Amino acid sequence: MTVRRLAEKQPASFEFTQENRAWCDDQIAKYPLGRQASAVIPLLWKAQAQNDYWLPQKAIEKVADMLAMPYIRVLEIATFYSMFNLEPVGRHFIQLCGTTPCALRGANDIKAVLEKRIGDQRHVSADGNFAWLEVECLGACCNAPMVQINDDYFEDLTPDSINKLLDDLAAGRPVKVGSQTGRTASEPEPGKGTTLTDATLYDGSVVGAWRTRFDEARASEKVLAEKALAEKASAEKAAAAAAEKKA
Amino acid sequence: MLADKDRIFTNLYGFQSPSLKEAMKRGAWDGTKYLIDQGAGWIINEMKASGLRGRGGAGFPTGLKWSFMPKPDPARPSYLVVNADESEPGTCKDREIMRNDPHLLVEGCLIASFAMGAHACYIYIRGEYIAEREALQRAVEEAYEAKLIGPNNVHGWPFDLYVHHGAGAYICGEETALLESLEGKKGMPRMKPPFPANMGLYGCPTTVNNVESIAVAPTILRRGASWFLGFGQKNNAGTKLFCISGHVNKPCNVEEAMSIPFRELIDKHCGGMRGGWDNLLAVIPGGSSVRCVPADLIIDCPMDFDSLSKLRSGLGTAAVIVMDKSTDIVRAIARISYFYKHESCGQCTPCREGTGWMWRVLNRMAEGRAQKREIDMLLDVSQRIEGHTICALGDAAAWPIQGLITHFRGEIEKRIDQYAANPHMDPVRMAAE
Repeated sequence: MTVRRLAEKQPASFEFTQENRAWCDDQIAKYPLGRQASAVIPLLWKAQAQNDYWLPQKAIEKVADMLAMPYIRVLEIATFYSMFNLEPVGRHFIQLCGTTPCALRGANDIKAVLEKRIGDQRHVSADGNFAWLEVECLGACCNAPMVQINDDYFEDLTPDSINKLLDDLAAGRPVKVGSQTGRTASEPEPGKGTTLTDATLYDGSVVGAWRTRFDEARASEKVLAEKALAEKASAEKAAAAAAEKKA
Repeated sequence: MLADKDRIFTNLYGFQSPSLKEAMKRGAWDGTKYLIDQGAGWIINEMKASGLRGRGGAGFPTGLKWSFMPKPDPARPSYLVVNADESEPGTCKDREIMRNDPHLLVEGCLIASFAMGAHACYIYIRGEYIAEREALQRAVEEAYEAKLIGPNNVHGWPFDLYVHHGAGAYICGEETALLESLEGKKGMPRMKPPFPANMGLYGCPTTVNNVESIAVAPTILRRGASWFLGFGQKNNAGTKLFCISGHVNKPCNVEEAMSIPFRELIDKHCGGMRGGWDNLLAVIPGGSSVRCVPADLIIDCPMDFDSLSKLRSGLGTAAVIVMDKSTDIVRAIARISYFYKHESCGQCTPCREGTGWMWRVLNRMAEGRAQKREIDMLLDVSQRIEGHTICALGDAAAWPIQGLITHFRGEIEKRIDQYAANPHMDPVRMAAE
């Protein structure tokens, strides 16, 4: 738990753009009638995205009005969930994962770089470019250490690569999202796994192959049924023959 | 080693396209109608027979969970909710499913919903997974377009699938907190009973399942319960995604058979231990919530639910966090304590106050700035938090500390001795400062 309060300086108003307004209506339609409150997180998130990644009080009130919720309920949501930034965060908001799996792989070295280059946490750099925050596990532990900058994950970092990343972002140069060592996802080595090398997995030959199990079961059922039928018939025949003999 | 043909997640690393066309070529959506035509009873029985245990951490049998859903009632529609709020430290498997093999999940949602009589399903994905959410949404749209799901789909079971997201709260991975969050409230766990199967989302019958549990279902049904049952030791069936992080040469996600020995898992897929096997200090085998296990106990232990619970640890989400001898184990566990302090929802006093207290004490112990009697006090407090809260976050905060004290008490004592041997200006402060 952390204490989270609204920013002291607040804009006078907030209005969704027309495009975002339509997007909000689509979100609300996902939930059953009368359950529109379910859309509160997506709507607040959209408001935050529209407002340079931070959530002003007017946006909270706007969302509450749209969903017919009391202001306090929406304020509760905005302060409970840690992804809602209640203060301005700079153009590139860096969230460093500092939890143990990342810490084991060197997150503290990345932290030192951020401290040196940007300064204290929750503090926007003088040029307005950066702010950073140590957050809890971001769920990319096989690619540790990592940061999330606005929407994107940057993984497999070293002090050198984070420095380069910050330089590129500051200069407006394009950056590579994801692993900085060339991994596609979380494979052991760039582009190479110890598994999933069997080409027959990908040539379409697996499609329908499993059906033989059902066909065989069905066929053996059929054989058994026929056999039972034949036995029954022969038993009846024998019984009839016996009855005839008796007569 | 598990053969490639027996792997369920064939695009785990995203080397192939996640699109519907390519996913179908890899066997997704193959004969789904045929499986549905076998009937809900057959699906549930097959899932029960497969021995699949929930992949979200608790390991509850999935087929059994599905069978708890009451008979469909038009006044109270049933829901399937998929828990994609993957935030247990060390765990990053569902992320790969959602961005690289999303169609397995979408198909699983349809089949599971059909089996429990639900016409609507919500996937609750954590807020930080933005690219993953977009990938999943794309897959859902593809499935709608191809009429694989939707009100008038080719499978004859009207079904709507919605992707919903959170905004950064670990507690929303707890099923009732997730439902609260999905209803537009703070993610604070509910008391149980009533269980979600009776009173879940919007007060209606609901089943909450992990992404992996749902995504493996179609393949299990296609290939048969006995195929799945063929992997792993008794009562620990199947294949499992392991997320190996920390001090191995090549940290990775990999799908392996259950009960694979720890050493084999690391040697085969992670390029071995950093600095060799003598360098292993301890392992947290199931995400940060389970107790750590020292090297000599874990090294040849089969990685499954029962073997690890015998070591008073657990398989959890199979997030294997490996620590070598360079690790400051007290600080590593103290960082986990900080995590629980940060993520406690604040509803129950033992957890709200206790997580912070334990973190502060452990932090002092990491420096050695403590008394030896405080170790037992810490253990005692952790046991008073464990089992005395609405949800399991209190337990999860207590277990790592209990594991540390059980196995590394000597390390803490050594620090206290070292600190006491040197003169310091500051007095030892009490924890409740």
